[in-house]
Amino acid sequence: MRTPIAYFLVASAALFTIGSVGVLVRRNALVIFMSVELQLNAVNLALVAFSRMHGSLDGQVLAFFSMVVAAAEVVVGLAIIVSVYRRRRSADVDDVNLLKW
Amino acid sequence: MLGQFLSHPPVELGPIGPELVLAGAGVLVLLGGALVRRRQPRALLLASLAGLTGAAVVSVSLWRWRGHATVLGGMVQADRFAVVARLILLGVAALALVLGHHYFERLGEERPEFYPLVLFTTLGMTLITAAADLILVFLALEILSLSLYVLTALSRRLAAVEGSMKYFLLGAFSSAFFLYGVAMAYGATGSTHLSTIARSLAGQTGNQALALAAVALLVIGFGFKVAAVPFHMWTPDVYQGAPTAVTAYMSAATKVAAFAAFLRVLMTSFQPLTWDWTPIVWGLAVATMIVGSVLAIAQTDIKRMLAYSSIAHAGFVLVGVSAATQEGIQSALFYLLAYAATILGAFGVVMLASGRGEEHTSLGSYAGLCRRSPLLAGLMSLFLLSMAGIPPTAGFIAKVNVFRAAVDAGHWGVALVGVLASVVAAFFYIRVMVLMYMQEPLEDVEPDPSIVPRLAVAVPALLTLLFGVFPGLVLGLLERASVLRW
Amino acid sequence: MLSEYLPIVVLAALALAFAVASLVVSSLLRPHRPTPAKLAPYECGIEPQRLPKGERFPVKFYVLAMLFIVFDVETIFLFPWAVGFRRLGLFGLVEMVVFIGLVFVAYLYVWREGGLDWNEPVRRSGEREQVGEALRAG
Repeated sequence: MRTPIAYFLVASAALFTIGSVGVLVRRNALVIFMSVELQLNAVNLALVAFSRMHGSLDGQVLAFFSMVVAAAEVVVGLAIIVSVYRRRRSADVDDVNLLKW
Repeated sequence: MLGQFLSHPPVELGPIGPELVLAGAGVLVLLGGALVRRRQPRALLLASLAGLTGAAVVSVSLWRWRGHATVLGGMVQADRFAVVARLILLGVAALALVLGHHYFERLGEERPEFYPLVLFTTLGMTLITAAADLILVFLALEILSLSLYVLTALSRRLAAVEGSMKYFLLGAFSSAFFLYGVAMAYGATGSTHLSTIARSLAGQTGNQALALAAVALLVIGFGFKVAAVPFHMWTPDVYQGAPTAVTAYMSAATKVAAFAAFLRVLMTSFQPLTWDWTPIVWGLAVATMIVGSVLAIAQTDIKRMLAYSSIAHAGFVLVGVSAATQEGIQSALFYLLAYAATILGAFGVVMLASGRGEEHTSLGSYAGLCRRSPLLAGLMSLFLLSMAGIPPTAGFIAKVNVFRAAVDAGHWGVALVGVLASVVAAFFYIRVMVLMYMQEPLEDVEPDPSIVPRLAVAVPALLTLLFGVFPGLVLGLLERASVLRW
Repeated sequence: MLSEYLPIVVLAALALAFAVASLVVSSLLRPHRPTPAKLAPYECGIEPQRLPKGERFPVKFYVLAMLFIVFDVETIFLFPWAVGFRRLGLFGLVEMVVFIGLVFVAYLYVWREGGLDWNEPVRRSGEREQVGEALRAG
């Protein structure tokens, strides 16, 4: 009994959309960042589902790479957010007002 | 058993030679900066320049590559398009390193990580121009983006860190779209190789709906990187916030790299869908040219003005892309070459004219620049003329070429909008020249008198003139480089 | 039949032995200086102190989270590599050595820049040590 591939794709699209909305409506940089991570994981789900659909491993390999890239992004992102926080004592993007948003 | 253990797939490292050299140099410079007790920025600079030179030599040798068209399991393309794009990128990086070295020395800040970061960014950029697989395009895009986020924050000023945060959040957002596009392309065709995707789509075996979604998502991802409207929000803030030397580097290099990959992906893997994606690129080009040119008029800060001007230039390159012909590729390459030289030089002048730090970047402080430094005012005028597309500069030839490519491909409408946008744009370029030559100085800023960075700014100025007067010098070369093999 | 599970048992025993040995060795090696504050049970019975302006971790923990990547991303690739080790052969081995070498460069960089010092304030500008390893990983 195989779950139809479409179910996974719909779940993935839903997660991706939730992540996008999170990026657009949340104001805390860390939460925005977590939303981006959610999007990346939605993509991973789609990749693995497609990988099974095509019966090839390329998609899973790509999912590995995207996990590593996400980890690297976390590091750079945290570093930047921490250094903004150190200077402003806030991680709210609305407080980032030196430059027009 | 042992024999099996020792056998390995054929490995042709030649076509990623430039990247290997850059990676080696980057690691050495990184460790040199961290392990040596007495840090000598000059030594790091020279080592980095040596690395760039080595990579350039290897790139040139690839012009006559006789091996397979793609190597390393179809990951890397060995064609002349990649060679030319790499050489532009390496040249930009070398000049930016000289400018940046001077910038941090002048501020008295010790930034040993500037050099390895520029090398790693350049590595990502050169890799993306040769990537023949969407996985590699994504990885290279991330290498260059992550390094750029950090380069942007390489300053004590709060504006730099805030600009970096904005760049990071929006950049990560766009990366997610890009990756989703890659997933869709994989889902549509079962492969991430650009050539396999093209074959599958041409043979109608691929899922067309998924493929169209892939094109749209990939265009969003690239649109962010090249700063096309409506994905341009980050550009002015990041360009203004970043240290000026870094702005010079990323404004010139990022656009070349991202457009090179954009061209390759659209023109090879999605070539069967040309009729579907040209209207998208078309719309982007029109919006980008108009919005970039109009918003630049309202700016009072020279860095923000140049940022909007770079947005407008992305629109002109998109005109060449939308032609979707070999002529279009050639014209886009020439435009990128002219643009890279011009914007690098312009930000270089801004860096030299604005005193020690970043205090004097308002347009007002350019009033009467010709009294204080005739040389800088002259160089700036040359760059502004080139951006406005006035002969005898490279910018003029570049604009003519992209418009001709668009008209030849039947897109005369977009060419018309382009001509109108460049007329509007000419206004604010000329305004800065009027300020520099016809007004009394408002502020008494002493321009930086150093010789070496001036030379670094003079090189792009010479190129701008040279390509403007004798475009034939490179056009033939670019024509041979504008055939995308797949 | 059951002997097929022997490697798993051996692996489990080795993992257990390693964990126990690590704990024992570190308890023998570490300095032992108890203070009343250290001996107090965590969040039990002591006055809960209000942290200023909401709950916040010291920035140090974020730095630690960032350094974690040096050791984290290696595993993602090591595991599939180990599964296909025989078929990948010498080529795979060389590739993996190069990869681990690069991650090691990041480790060296973090160490030299003072990213591993817990007590000292991070030397020079704060954002520096997190930079290198991100690039490696990317």
